[in-house]
Amino acid sequence: MKVEHLASKEEDEKRGTVKVVNGRYKPSGLFHYISLNTPIKDENGTLMGITNPRDMTYIHSYGGEAVFFEGLGKGKLIASRCDNPDCVTKGSIYMPFRIHCPDCLAKNTPVDITDRARGGNVHSFMITERTGAFNTLPTPIKFVNVEFEGVCTILMGALAVGEPKMDMKVTPIFRTGDPQYIITDMLWVPVGTPADQLPEHYTF
Amino acid sequence: MITFSDKQLKIPNMQRPVYLVTGGMSKFGRAFPGTRTEELVIDAMTEAAEFIGMTPAKLKEYIHTCYYGHFADHFGDQLLGESVIHDRLGLDPLGNIGIKTGGATGGSTLWEAYKTVASGYSDCVLAMGWERMDEVPTDEGNSLISCAADKDWETPMGHIYTGYYAVMAQKYWQVFGKEEASFRRTLAEIAVKNRGYARMNPHAQGPMKITVEDVLNSPVVAYPLLALDCCLMSVGAACGILADEKTAFEMCDNPLRIDVTAGSHTLRVADRRDMEIPLLPNETKEQYADLGERFPGGDRYPGFTGFLAARMAAYYAYKLVGIQDPTDDLDLVELHDAFTISDIQSYEDIGIRPYGEGRTYVESGDCFHTNPITGEPGKLPANISGGLIGNMHAVGATGIMQVVEVAHHMWNRWGEMHGSQEKWDKFGREKPADWKDMQVKGAKRGLAISHAGVGSHVTCTILQHPDHLLKGGE
Ligand SMILES: [Zn+2]
Repeated sequence: MKVEHLASKEEDEKRGTVKVVNGRYKPSGLFHYISLNTPIKDENGTLMGITNPRDMTYIHSYGGEAVFFEGLGKGKLIASRCDNPDCVTKGSIYMPFRIHCPDCLAKNTPVDITDRARGGNVHSFMITERTGAFNTLPTPIKFVNVEFEGVCTILMGALAVGEPKMDMKVTPIFRTGDPQYIITDMLWVPVGTPADQLPEHYTF
Repeated sequence: MITFSDKQLKIPNMQRPVYLVTGGMSKFGRAFPGTRTEELVIDAMTEAAEFIGMTPAKLKEYIHTCYYGHFADHFGDQLLGESVIHDRLGLDPLGNIGIKTGGATGGSTLWEAYKTVASGYSDCVLAMGWERMDEVPTDEGNSLISCAADKDWETPMGHIYTGYYAVMAQKYWQVFGKEEASFRRTLAEIAVKNRGYARMNPHAQGPMKITVEDVLNSPVVAYPLLALDCCLMSVGAACGILADEKTAFEMCDNPLRIDVTAGSHTLRVADRRDMEIPLLPNETKEQYADLGERFPGGDRYPGFTGFLAARMAAYYAYKLVGIQDPTDDLDLVELHDAFTISDIQSYEDIGIRPYGEGRTYVESGDCFHTNPITGEPGKLPANISGGLIGNMHAVGATGIMQVVEVAHHMWNRWGEMHGSQEKWDKFGREKPADWKDMQVKGAKRGLAISHAGVGSHVTCTILQHPDHLLKGGE
C-alpha cells in the first residue's frame, strides 16, 4: 500500500513521540512546525484574507480499548461481552469493542473472536474514489460492513483484495509486521484468498 | 433486541405554547471570500426584523436568550465562534450557548430555543445558525468532517464521512430498491425536482434545470449515489425568533405555533442493534410482519436501512401535536435530502409512507408542488426551497432555513420573499424568465426534519397555524 504525500522517514523521525511515565504523558521532540501566514488577494490585488498554516500532533488515549488495538498487531480480533448476570442483554458480544455494556454499564469482558470472524458475512459495502486529506488507504476504498455469528453489531472495515458483494464471506488480515495500532491494522479479504496476495506487512 | 422504557417514551408536555414570530436567511453559496461570517449572520437577522416591520435594534429589545447553531469549529480554527457572533450582534449581556449536533445542528438550535420559551425562562429567544465550509481546501474539509465519525474506528478509514454513510444507501438500494432501474430513476426525479425548485429561490446555491437523464449520466460518487444525487456544501446563515403567546402577538399579527422534538441513535452505524420497529400512529405491527418476505434482508430494524433517530423524533412530535397521518394532516414538508436515497428513507422513518414503500411518495406525484401525473397540487409537497440538494447545506443553518421556508408558505408570503426583484439583484443572481410563485395555497401545517450524518441526531419541527391546530395531542 503506497500513500501519497506521506512524510519521509527522516521527517517522521524528527516528529515528537510520547511516553507515559509515572502516570503522565511525557512528550519529547518536535510537536508542531511553524510556517508564516501568506496573504490572499483577488485579481485586483485587494487583500481578502490570509492563510493560517498549522501542523500539530494530537495525543490520544485508548484507555480500555487499548487491548483491542494492541490485539490487531498480534493477529487477534478482540471483542467484548457483557457478563453481568442482571443485565437484560447479558451475553451480548460487541464488535466494535465496547469497554462498558451500553445497557447496564458494567465493564465488559474482552473475548477473542478471531476464529468466529473468519467467514464473516458482508452486510453492506461501498466503493469510493473520494477520500479526505490524511487518508492512508489505497483508492478506491472498498468499505465492507461485516457481521459475525453471535455478535449483535456490524463492524465496518475495508476490503484489501477483490471486489465486495452482498453476503460474500470474508476473513480478517492483520498488520502483524510493523503495526500502526490503528483500525486499519485490520483489513478484510475474501475467504480463500492466497497468502501471497495480501498487502505488505499483513498476515491472516 | 433492545427496548425502551415508558419513561423514555413519554410524550413531551410543555408548560406553555411557543410561537415562531419571524425568520430570516442570508444568501447561500459555496464560498464567500469577501464576506465574514458575522456579515452573513447580520443579513439573516436583518431579514427577520424587516419581515415583521421592525428594525434590528427593535427586534433585539425583545430577545432574552440566544442559541447559536454552528457545527464545525475546526473549519474556522476559532473556538467559541458563537461568542464572536454574539458580540457582533451586540446581544450582551444575554445568556447564550452554542449548539452542535452535526447536520441536525439547525434543528437542535430550534429545539433548545423552543424549550426555553416553553419553560418560561424566556419570553423571546433567538435561534441563529450558520456554517462556513469554504475556508479550508476540500480534501481537508472532508477530513475535518470525518472527525465527526468515530475517531478510532472510522476516521482512519479514508477520512471520508460520505463513505461511512454510503454503505447504508447501498443496503437500502439492494434490499428495498431491489437494484431496479425504475428505482434509480425515482431517485433521479428527486434530484431534478429539488434543483428545479431551487431555481425559484434567490437564496439558493445550486439551481439547475436538468432531466432525469442528466442525473443518471452524472459521475458516480459511490454507486448508486451519483454526483447529482448529493447535497451541496454551503456557506450561509439562517435564524428564527421564538416567543410565548403574549410576546409573539405583540411582535406580529400572525405568529405560528411551533413544536420541536428530537431523537438520536448510535454515532457509528456499526453499533446499531436489532429492535422492534417503534410504530407511528398510522402504522400497525401486523403490517410489518412480512417485511422480510417482501424485501429479503429488510427484516432487521433499523439495520442499515432506517433511521431510528428520525423515527423517534416523529414519534414524539406526532403524539405531542396530534398528527395521525402526516400525509393527511400536513400541507408541506422540508426534509433533509442529504442524498436522494436518504430522502426516501426519511419518508418511511417519519411515516409519510410505510417502511419499504418510500419510493411511492415520489412515484405517486404526492411530493411535488404540482403533481406531474394529475396536474393538481401535490398532496404533500416536499422541499420547495430546493432542499439540501438545490438550495443549501450550510450545516448549522440548514434546519433553521427549512423551518423559515415552511413558515413563508404558512404566512402566505413565499412569493414576496422569493420573488422580489430587489432580492435577486442584491444577491447578484438572475431571476429566471420562467420564475413561478411556489406558494402552497392555504398551507396551515408543515414539518421540517433536521438530520445528522448517519442518523446520530434528528429533530422534527411542526408548524401550525394557531387557528388550525390539530386535536388529540396526547
Ligand atoms: Zn450489560
